[in-house]
Amino acid sequence: MFLEGFGSLILDGTIATIKLALMSMLLAVLLGLAGASAKLSSNRWLRNTATAYTTLIRSVPDLVIMLLLFYSLQIGLNNVTETLGFDQIDINPFMAGVITLGFIYGAYFTETFRGAYQSVHPGQYEAAIAYGLSPNKAFRRIMFPLMMRYALPGIGNNWQVVVKATALVSIIGLTDIVKVTQDAGKSSMQLFYFSLIGGLIYLAITTVSNGVLVWLQIRYSAGVRRADL
Amino acid sequence: MNIFEFIFQYGKAYLWTDGYQLSGVAMTLWLLVASIVIGFLLSIPMSVARVARNPFIRGPVWFYTYLFRGTPLYIQLLVLYTGIYSLSFVRGQPLLDAFFREGFNCTLLAFALNTCAYTTEIFAGAIRATPHGEIEAARAYGLSSFKVYKRVILPSALRRALPAYSNEVILMLHSTTLAFTATVPDLLKVARDVNAETYATFESFGVAAMFYAVMVFALVWLFRKGELRWLAFLKPQTH
Repeated sequence: MFLEGFGSLILDGTIATIKLALMSMLLAVLLGLAGASAKLSSNRWLRNTATAYTTLIRSVPDLVIMLLLFYSLQIGLNNVTETLGFDQIDINPFMAGVITLGFIYGAYFTETFRGAYQSVHPGQYEAAIAYGLSPNKAFRRIMFPLMMRYALPGIGNNWQVVVKATALVSIIGLTDIVKVTQDAGKSSMQLFYFSLIGGLIYLAITTVSNGVLVWLQIRYSAGVRRADL
Repeated sequence: MNIFEFIFQYGKAYLWTDGYQLSGVAMTLWLLVASIVIGFLLSIPMSVARVARNPFIRGPVWFYTYLFRGTPLYIQLLVLYTGIYSLSFVRGQPLLDAFFREGFNCTLLAFALNTCAYTTEIFAGAIRATPHGEIEAARAYGLSSFKVYKRVILPSALRRALPAYSNEVILMLHSTTLAFTATVPDLLKVARDVNAETYATFESFGVAAMFYAVMVFALVWLFRKGELRWLAFLKPQTH
């Protein structure tokens, strides 16, 4: 076969990458929503904390944060378990990858959601409140669906960046697409061929997700007329 | 070891040299500037080709940007560094052998090709957004296609692309951290070596993170200056 018996290994790596990307994306979106609400809140401390988070994370390269967090998470946890007198808990590299990627891209999502929320006309919120909706309900039923249309291009961009950033986790020792294709290349002495295969898998993932994003875009823009050019 | 001893002992390696060659901040900046300049120069003709009407000119450029924007830079670096050098005919050819043996050359090649793909799309987008009337007016004045690009489209498109382009430059600075995987002694490589030597994880990576942040803030400041200067014509006019 054209994968020379490495097919199942490469499939495992691909699944690991997709799982990692989806889970970090989920964490990043949650952090992004929380960060955006903090940035838009009237509480000064919340606002400043969120601003510090987005500024710091976005100014330092993801790989540096990844290495810093990856090593520090374990050291920090060791300190905690030591003072509490427990046995050492080893952080599973997969979870460490999800936490670091989610934490990093949460900062990018914070900015995406903040921008999207501010793009929704404030009259929508006022009207919802005037109709007697609670602030919570006004956000869930009115602001959130309207906001998604503005947030989608940013979400799409971030997703593509997260997918490509998962390639970095092989550096902190995770078995992902990069790791398995490199291993296959080294043991079959065909490094060039298998590196290209790795690239092709990523290309397939980004191409498919691009299609999904276009579809979502059309769905969420229902009822909006496009400008005639 | 306190932080002052730390800076005293490793500061030089972090900033400009490890005693043998350029390292740390200086290496990172050199990689950034070299790849950005090569990428910029290549992307201008490519972006013009990207918006061409002829599909045989547009197609190959589209395919190139699709490939390089659809795959992670790390994979591109691996293909160009370990991948190409594993081919026997490359090692058999003296010129190719000399080029691909050096981690620095492969890194620079991968970075330049990668940033060129993103920059091409940014510039192509700006060219497409050129107001219709400007091109019509230029044609009406009898300018040739080449002159329309040189005098009208590119000067305005490159300026309008500045905000997006500044993002790309900052992302490229972030991407230079991959250079250590090809044994280039950039800032992150120094941090990793110091970490391996001292086990002071937080200090060694923290100092690197600080330097990266300073570089990013400097770039943001520079581009803001540039935008004030070159995008002044887009500001609302006051009489």
